[in-house]
Amino acid sequence: MRALYFAWVRERIGKAEEELAPPAEVATIGDMIDWLKTRGEEYAYAFENGRSIRAAIDRTHVKHDAPISGAREIAFFPPMTGG
Amino acid sequence: MTPAIRVQREPFDATAEASALTDGRTDIGAVVTFTGLCRDEGGRLAELNLEHYPGMAEAEMGRVADEASQRWPLLGLTIVHRYGPIRPGEPIVLVATASSHRAAAFEAAEFLMDYLKSHAPFWKKELLAEGSEGDWVDAKREDERALARW
Repeated sequence: MRALYFAWVRERIGKAEEELAPPAEVATIGDMIDWLKTRGEEYAYAFENGRSIRAAIDRTHVKHDAPISGAREIAFFPPMTGG
Repeated sequence: MTPAIRVQREPFDATAEASALTDGRTDIGAVVTFTGLCRDEGGRLAELNLEHYPGMAEAEMGRVADEASQRWPLLGLTIVHRYGPIRPGEPIVLVATASSHRAAAFEAAEFLMDYLKSHAPFWKKELLAEGSEGDWVDAKREDERALARW
């Protein structure tokens, strides 16, 4: 799947997107955040307050208990500040 | 009624957008336009840089527009949101609603702005007047609370 990062999540990780293949036990967005945090200190920094990070699957907002199976594109970002 | 949804880098003309909703029509009794502008925060701010999620921004604006169209009898609806560098005094976002009567137009415009603030994937970063890069703007709790009334 393709992972996208925006705003300070992108800056902290140091990239805007990447291809990821999380292990089978990563079932939900919350699991994925926990897994991403193990990928290096830049990820640990980006997700240090993991609960406040918002996520979207295939361009639709989802909660952290949402299953990721079948997702083509998962985005992680801070609370939005548009308008 | 098909809402007009645009995400663009260049400025927009709020007056022209409102006129486009009513041109040639005789059934519209009320048009409300809201324009959100970049302010200089008392001289502290030189520029806002808006990052967005291309594709999802349009999709989310469309979903919020559809919700508004179902809740109020709208005869026209335009939403424009800019991204990229925006200087103080320039417009950032436009919501224009048209209806037979004013209540629907006012309420739908407020609803749309409340939802765009916390659901549309845009993020503001400040560039300070002194020349240094500022911080990402924090989401406000009152923006989230504003949704409760709808």
